Amino acid sequence: MSLDIDGIGIAFGGIKAVDDVSFTARPGEVTSIIGPNGAGKTTLFNLVSGVYRASAGRVRIDGQDVTGLPGHALARRGMARTFQNLQVFPQMSALDNVMTGCHMQEKSNLLADLLGLASAHRETARSRDAAMAALQRAGLAELAHRPASEMSYGQLKRLEIARALVTGCTILLLDEPAAGCNAVETREVDDLIHAIAAEGKTVVLIEHDMRMVMRISSHIVVLDQGRKIAEGGPEEIRNNPHVIAAYLGAHGAAEAEAAAHV
Amino acid sequence: MSELLQFLVSGITVGAIYAAIALGFTLIYNASGVVNFAQGEFVVIGGMTAAALIGAGVPVWIAAPLAVIAGMLVGVLLYRLAIKPAREAPLVSLIIITIGASIFLRGAMQAVFDKQIHRYDGFSGDAPLRVGGATILPQSLWIVGGSIAVFAFLAWFLNRTRAGRGIKATASNRMAAALVGINTGRAMNLSFALSAAIGALAGVLATPVTFTSYDVGVLMALKGFSATMLGGVGSPLGALAGGLLIGLIEALTAGYISSDYKDASAFIVILLVLFLRPQGLFGARITERV
Amino acid sequence: MAGQGTTTAPQESGREMQARTEPARRRVIGPGLRTFLIFAVLVGLGALIFPSSYFYRVGTLVWINTLAVTGIVVLLGYVGLVSLGHAGFFAIGAYATAILPNYGIPSPLAMLAGVALAGLLALAVGRPILKLSGYYLAIATLGLGMLIWMVLSKEAWLTGGPDGMVVSGMNARNLFKMVGLKLKSAEAWYWVAGFAAAIGAAIAVNLAGSPSGRALRAIHDSDVAARSLGVDVAKAKSRAFVISALYAAVAGALLALANGYITPETGGFMHSVEMVTMAVLGGASSVFGALVGALILTALPQVLTVFADYEHMVLGGIMVLTMIAMRRGLVPFIVDLWNRRKS
Repeated sequence: MSLDIDGIGIAFGGIKAVDDVSFTARPGEVTSIIGPNGAGKTTLFNLVSGVYRASAGRVRIDGQDVTGLPGHALARRGMARTFQNLQVFPQMSALDNVMTGCHMQEKSNLLADLLGLASAHRETARSRDAAMAALQRAGLAELAHRPASEMSYGQLKRLEIARALVTGCTILLLDEPAAGCNAVETREVDDLIHAIAAEGKTVVLIEHDMRMVMRISSHIVVLDQGRKIAEGGPEEIRNNPHVIAAYLGAHGAAEAEAAAHV
Repeated sequence: MSELLQFLVSGITVGAIYAAIALGFTLIYNASGVVNFAQGEFVVIGGMTAAALIGAGVPVWIAAPLAVIAGMLVGVLLYRLAIKPAREAPLVSLIIITIGASIFLRGAMQAVFDKQIHRYDGFSGDAPLRVGGATILPQSLWIVGGSIAVFAFLAWFLNRTRAGRGIKATASNRMAAALVGINTGRAMNLSFALSAAIGALAGVLATPVTFTSYDVGVLMALKGFSATMLGGVGSPLGALAGGLLIGLIEALTAGYISSDYKDASAFIVILLVLFLRPQGLFGARITERV
Repeated sequence: MAGQGTTTAPQESGREMQARTEPARRRVIGPGLRTFLIFAVLVGLGALIFPSSYFYRVGTLVWINTLAVTGIVVLLGYVGLVSLGHAGFFAIGAYATAILPNYGIPSPLAMLAGVALAGLLALAVGRPILKLSGYYLAIATLGLGMLIWMVLSKEAWLTGGPDGMVVSGMNARNLFKMVGLKLKSAEAWYWVAGFAAAIGAAIAVNLAGSPSGRALRAIHDSDVAARSLGVDVAKAKSRAFVISALYAAVAGALLALANGYITPETGGFMHSVEMVTMAVLGGASSVFGALVGALILTALPQVLTVFADYEHMVLGGIMVLTMIAMRRGLVPFIVDLWNRRKS
């Protein structure tokens, strides 16, 4: 399903954290949001996923207006996300974390759950299988029974992806999925995101690793100080003088250059 | 008419006490994000300590400041021994800690003093003043004056002094405050000390009118909460207005409906606020950072 | 927050973890039934060693408190919400069981009515409040509990006022007589209370491992994440609140019948605090924590008179110290110690 963001904005204490941002993310593609620190990328995610209430603008899923819906209602319309600052359930095992993502798939009945009826066990068993498969996909299968609180930052990032995947989402918002990953892991995350998009899901990505962004994005939106300053394919963005001036700077440009030669 | 006037007078009197408690809440909440369930106990500490000292023959102008200092010391101890060791704990733990501290202090009051109800004479005697058909106890004027003084002091202190601005900075961003050289530990100590002193002062002023005993702290805390929530959590002006409103509602309930259920009115107000306007009268909508 | 202390490099952790990773075992006996059986054995063990009716009476209290605290475990341990008014729900169960038989309603129906009333009240009050952050529930339930206590103390025509009232009606002895067992009244109530606690524990354990329970535990750790997974957080919290109120009301009804006498203090603020303290001390995350907390705080005052004299200081001190020194409570603390010694 395609995700349309139309003129969205919010202000905190008079400062416009996100201001009149519009773009469209299409199924089967990776759309990346980039920009310097404090550009409003995560705030944009929070607006789109219903954590904050937008003070202006519209969000549409396949043309249907979903602006202002609470987070769980958006989830039920197929939107899932991961979090920049990690929102895992530290007291649960990795498996239980991912099983929680199956919530919407589970035909749960409170009474059956309380009485421990066979139907509750069946749902749990099904969720466990789905969660194991997702962990496998994220390369975490051997950590399934480890408490999340004992996992590394990079592993938790992937755990969140696995948890989002089992929701059965069609739109996936990923907030810095490769943060804290080493080169090998970054490559794995890269492949995983590729595969997710290839299934026809709409992927929106926030990422600082420019090589990764340039490699896997079909479409890039550049934010600076809450506003969209450029939009286009990787090649366009790389050569856009505004972007280079506002964001990439000397260091970023070098990285992007390096990425071009990978 | 004079009956109504009388209710209004007594409503403003108790309302001023609730306002002082609510100001104490607000101070700690703003500095630390902690809702201190033990706030009502400071009122008891102030009242009981003053009662014990005055009972032992200490003149009131010495007993009153000593009682406030006693409250202040307990406030600092509360922060150092119970809150600070759990600073990074989740919200639930902090709630349980301040409730535990409140129960502990209640028990300590009972052990140090006794289970009796206490009062002492008003600071300016107990001969009522007659104003337009209503009688006003001179102590009521002390109470109202005290609350206004506390409000004015806080407004001055937080905005005009270095230490006060430190508290405000700590409240808005502890890390940033520490980075620009503000001693955030001292700011937290100070806010607990001040908040406790305000509570104790309320107790010292109120006891001649409302009486005190070891176990009234929770009720006082509940009234202070109601005032805070009605006014809007975090807003000092809201705390003042909320306190006076709760006092008036309570006095009118006692006068016209049932004195048995006057304490219920604070609770009904809490529920109504939560149902209708969770941000209170003067509070801003809060957006949680994620 | 969640990433704290996780500096282990991924390369080495994979190897190290393989040993600890256990396959998902298919158990013949489900966790709910297992818990029920463990509780049943403990109930029986008590009966084996108790020398007098006095012990049975204290034992009955332990099981009734365990049942009530299991409700707190669901609310506090699973979801992470503090209620300071659960004694109010407890008292509604107790007083309905005491009052209604005076109007010709049989005891079992009276119990049911009390439990239903508590549940409905929790539903009505909980829904709007649970949309807000954690402090609000604590404050609102504090007020609600006080209101209930106030009604119980002031409406003497109905409740006997501060002096309390006699509970007439059912005696558990008759239940056992029906199946040909002759028990003393104290013994009969002990078995009934133990059975109720075991059922309550099994239900709570079933919930924990179920789809609904996972949603609750998710809210405990991060309600933002739970919401992003499609969990209707306000609804789930309100369900947990109602469930925990039902536990308290059933426990209250049992206490009224077993004691034959109740006072408004069953609905008092200190009783609410006591329940929370039991959960916190034993460990609010599991039903065994509820049992250990209830056992310690019910049995200790019987042994130590100092406890009765300084009840407030002891309870308050336990709450503060537990939260600082072993935040998850005694049972998880000991389990952790045990695991560490083993490995």
